[in-house]
Amino acid sequence: MGEERKAPKKLQLAMYWAASCGGCDMAVLDVNEKILDIAAVADIRLWPIAMDYKYKDIDTWADGEIDVCLFNGAVRNNEQLHLARLLRRKSKVMVAFGSCASFGGIPGLANLHCKRTIFEAVYGYTASTVNPEGTTPQTHTHVPEGDLHIPEFFDDVYSLAQVIPVEYYVPGCQPTPDSVMTAVNAIVSGNLPPVGSTIGIGKSVCDECKRTKSDKPKIAAFHRPQEILTDPDKCLLEQGLTCMGSATRGGCGSLCPSVNMPCRGCYGPLPNSLDVGADALSAMTSIVDAAEEGDARTKVGKLADPLGTFYRFTLPVSMLRRVPKSMGG
Amino acid sequence: MSHEFEPRIVVLCCNWCTYAGADLAGTSRMKYAHNVRLVRVMCSGRVDPAFVLRAFQDGADGVLIAGCHPGDCHYINGNLKTLRRYPALETMVAQFGIEPDRMRLEWISAAEGDVFVRVVNEMTEQVRALGPLDWKRRAAVVDRNESHTAG
Repeated sequence: MGEERKAPKKLQLAMYWAASCGGCDMAVLDVNEKILDIAAVADIRLWPIAMDYKYKDIDTWADGEIDVCLFNGAVRNNEQLHLARLLRRKSKVMVAFGSCASFGGIPGLANLHCKRTIFEAVYGYTASTVNPEGTTPQTHTHVPEGDLHIPEFFDDVYSLAQVIPVEYYVPGCQPTPDSVMTAVNAIVSGNLPPVGSTIGIGKSVCDECKRTKSDKPKIAAFHRPQEILTDPDKCLLEQGLTCMGSATRGGCGSLCPSVNMPCRGCYGPLPNSLDVGADALSAMTSIVDAAEEGDARTKVGKLADPLGTFYRFTLPVSMLRRVPKSMGG
Repeated sequence: MSHEFEPRIVVLCCNWCTYAGADLAGTSRMKYAHNVRLVRVMCSGRVDPAFVLRAFQDGADGVLIAGCHPGDCHYINGNLKTLRRYPALETMVAQFGIEPDRMRLEWISAAEGDVFVRVVNEMTEQVRALGPLDWKRRAAVVDRNESHTAG
C-alpha cells in the first residue's frame, strides 16, 4: 500500500466585490481565453458575479484557506466591512483590486458629502425621485413576516487598506487585461514584490504616451473634451485638456490618450507622491500661458472643478480626504 | 480649562525676497503677530501645493505663501508658476470647505518689511475671527480599522 500520490495543490482564489460597478470582474473576463490558464492553475472559490455562493459557505472555510483574495470595490457600508474582515481572515494574501479598493475610486467622491446629505438628495430632491412620505432606508424594519435587515450606510467611503491590512494593489478602473495577467502571473509564480507594493510599473502615463510633447509646453486655455477637435499627434495637455497623465501611474499603455481622451487618473498616484491632486494641479496649471494675475485667474478659472478633476479616483486616500461634515460635507 | 484661541499660521516664504523682508522687519524692531511660523524655501515656485494641504491637514489654521514680486524672481520665473497655480489651489481648497481667508498669496520684497508686518497682522486677525480649523478633528471618522493604521 503505497502513499497516495497527491496532485499539486491548486491556488485557492477568491474574488469579491464591495462598492464597485462590476467593471473589475469584467476586467478578469477581459483576459479572454487566458481565463482558462487561470482556471488550470487556480480553484476559484468565490466569485459572486459569476458563480453562486452564499456567505455561509465562506464561514465554513478555515482561516488562511484562501491563498489570494482579489477584493474590488470601496467599503462604504457594514456588510462590505464585514466581508472585508471575514475574507482577510480567510486569505493569506489580500489584493486591493482596481481603483475603488486601492484608493476609494469614483464612489470615493461621496466623501464630498455625508450620509445625511446623500440620503436627502437620493431619496429627496433628485428629478426622478417620487417619495411623498419621505421614506429612507432603515437598517431594521419589522414586518408581519419577521425582521428585515439591510446594511448600515457609512458617512465615509474607505479604501480597502483603510479598513484591513492589504498586501498588494492592482490599480485601474478597470485594470487592463495586461495588468490583470501581470498580477496573476506574479501571484502564480510567487515572484511577488515586497508587501505593500503596487503590482505594475512605476512610470507615468506620459511615459507610455506616444503623443509628441514640446520641451517648454504652454497651455493657452483649458477646454473640455467635447469643446475642441484635438490634434491626434500632439500632447492633449498642451491642447488644453485636463490630462492627468503626468501625475498618474502608467500600466494601462496610455489607453485613453491613444483614443483622444485625456487621462482621468484611474491608476492613481505615482510612487512617492505626496498627494496626487497636488501633483496634477502643479503640473497642469504651472504651464498656463499667463504672466500676470488677472490673466492667470481667467485662464485657470476655466478649469471648472479642480477637486473632482484631480481626485476623481483618489479622494479617500488624499491628504485632506473629505469635506468635513461641519463644513458642508 | 479654556484659553483664548491663537491662530497657527504657516508662512511659506522665498529666500530672496520675503524672508529678507521678514528679516528687515525684525532688524527694524517692527512688531508683528507671533502667530506665524516661517518656513523658508528657495523660491515660492518651490511651494508644492501638497505643502499647503499638509499644513492644513496637520493643524495649521492658515497658510500664507509669499515670494518676490512678479518680474523680480531670483530664478526669472519661479514665482510666475506660483501665480498660475494659486487660482486653482484656491478653488480646490474652497471645495474642501476651507474658508478663503485661511489661505493667501502675497508678493513681498526684501525692502518691504512693513508690508510683511501688515500682511501677517491682517491675516492673523482674519484667521482669529474664523476660529480654529482643526482639520484632524473635523475630518475625523469613526475608526473602522481593527488592527492596522492606514497611510
